[in-house]
Amino acid sequence: MGSQPKFSRIEAVVTTYLIRRLLWLIPVILVVGAVTFILMHNTPGGPWDTDPERRQVDASTVQSLESFYGLDKPLWRQFFAYMIGDFNNKGEFVCGLPCGNFGPSYRQRGVPVQAILFSPPEGEDGEMRPWYYSRFGYSLRLGLIALVIAISIGIPLGAIAALKQNTIVDYVSLLVATAGVSLPGFVIAIFLIIIFASWLDWVDVVPRSWDEIRVWILPAVVLGFGTLAFTARLMRTSMLEVLRQDYIRTARAKGLAEWAVVIVHMVKNALIPVITILGPSLASLVTGSFIIETMFAFPGMGRAYVQAIGQRDYSMIMGTTIIFAVLVAIANLSVDFIYVLVDPRIRLDE
Amino acid sequence: MTAHPAVSQTIASFGEATKAKTPNQEAIERLMRNKASVMGFFVILLFILVAIFARVLSPHDPLEITSGQKYLPPMWIKETPGGKASNPDYPLGTDSLGRDVLSRVIFGARVSMVVGFVPTLVIVVIGTLVGMVAGYLGGRWDNLLMRLTDVIYAFPDLLFFIIVMVSLRDSWLGQFMNGMFLLFISLAVVNWVGVARLVRGQVLSLKQKEFIEAARAIGVRTPRIMTHHLLPNTLGVIIVLIAFRVPGLIITEAILGYLGLGLRPPANSDSMFVTSWGGLLLEGQSAINAQPWILLGPAICIALVVLAFTFLGDGLRDALDPRMRGTK
Repeated sequence: MGSQPKFSRIEAVVTTYLIRRLLWLIPVILVVGAVTFILMHNTPGGPWDTDPERRQVDASTVQSLESFYGLDKPLWRQFFAYMIGDFNNKGEFVCGLPCGNFGPSYRQRGVPVQAILFSPPEGEDGEMRPWYYSRFGYSLRLGLIALVIAISIGIPLGAIAALKQNTIVDYVSLLVATAGVSLPGFVIAIFLIIIFASWLDWVDVVPRSWDEIRVWILPAVVLGFGTLAFTARLMRTSMLEVLRQDYIRTARAKGLAEWAVVIVHMVKNALIPVITILGPSLASLVTGSFIIETMFAFPGMGRAYVQAIGQRDYSMIMGTTIIFAVLVAIANLSVDFIYVLVDPRIRLDE
Repeated sequence: MTAHPAVSQTIASFGEATKAKTPNQEAIERLMRNKASVMGFFVILLFILVAIFARVLSPHDPLEITSGQKYLPPMWIKETPGGKASNPDYPLGTDSLGRDVLSRVIFGARVSMVVGFVPTLVIVVIGTLVGMVAGYLGGRWDNLLMRLTDVIYAFPDLLFFIIVMVSLRDSWLGQFMNGMFLLFISLAVVNWVGVARLVRGQVLSLKQKEFIEAARAIGVRTPRIMTHHLLPNTLGVIIVLIAFRVPGLIITEAILGYLGLGLRPPANSDSMFVTSWGGLLLEGQSAINAQPWILLGPAICIALVVLAFTFLGDGLRDALDPRMRGTK
């Protein structure tokens, strides 16, 4: 212990690292955008194609719409218009992605993609509902409920498994964890739907309204199952490590009650690695839900994406892909931030 | 270069006395002791056989439409609320067009096995080659590889597959081999980087080892070092990776099939690839309230295959590298 560690230097290193990671987001979004843009523009059809089932758009309207959205410009300029923004024919600046402008939907004419995803639909009595009734809001709420279920079951399950290592409790929780981590969500969904909806008849598979909390349980459990399993496994490993630490022996030696040893000294310390996965888990729960949302006919962003695929609504597909990609990138980045925050060995406040 | 007879005899008797095992034999023995892995291996073997002999095993033509036999329940349900009785000819019931579900599940195994194994082989060959070159030679190529993997990692893979399948499905590429070829390409494009990164990491640490230095010192050429020294020492990691990658690809195919972006419906009944488990889930989804059992067959198959690979993969990892036990 010759010299004091230089916290300011560590702080500088960490900050530089985080800034570099943050800047790295820009090329990632550009590449994701470019790949999506190129692939989308190789597909047949356009936003104003005549669709016999819909109201026809006449030629002059198409022309003004195209000039408004800049679709009459060369491809490279359209790309920059989409990713950054561009001046339209009237000389007004139309901002692109940075302002949250994802362009017009190909199928829901006249409605921009961001409105479909982030604006709530009008209620039955015609008044605006709060923002969390939007597609994104529904997905976010489902993701949050799934996360709450996952951690409130996963953490105790992992902790108990570690405390009762190599007993039947441990093996059962390990089996659940292995199944939950390796099996895809939609397979678990099918099993749970058949058990709880078909055989036991406890819930409807496709509920009529999502205003009741009861109907959220099944999709949230299905969605959170993977995270639950992963949390339990991580918690078990982390607890087993903590169990052997000297400070646990010290706590017991000074006569602390066993529950206090477990809660204050074991669980609290074992939680550190578990906390780091919460951010990315939430992102994966919000974004990775398109299959489950479709199965339960859930009015979220994932189902909108799947519907857009079915309808070949290319701008909607592109916009949602970019949103998903950004969310995943931010989630991955958040791991580093959270790790810095919870790990006392890296101090930024000095 | 023949050894003295007495010497070789001594060596032979010495080997017999101690029953020396090669590391590979030891690894196989360790694997055989792991019951879950052995079971996983046999489940996978079973599905491979089902995939190969699908035409012989399936009781009906998977495309044969029987009118008046729509939505028959499986054999464990005597009669549906709608008054349809099960028919022992159709053990898993029939779908919306009266096609035999069991035969379709059997043919689905074919697609899943091919989608699991074929792209994996391509991925492993390309990934190993690139990873080895980048790791061993280092420098500019290594940098390029790492930047490339960063970008590909950042693109959520499922979204990439969806975008590719949506935009290229109707092109000639997407129609080739009922769309299987496009699926292979998009799976390979994303997944080879993971292998390359892993192999690169292994090579980086092996590069510092004495036996590589020794080989270099006696003038062994780079290609030979790669094939005779680096490759055998990374093989264990690659085998474990294959065991975990195959089920991942099977799941991806099932998801794409479920989204209606998988295999195209075959043009004629002689087609090799008729339907996939994901496609069956999509067909069953429309009747999830009334006839949920249509989903059961493909769901159980996917679960069995994925768990079998997980257990085999865990066993292989423990057997090939005892130090990695319990990690993932």
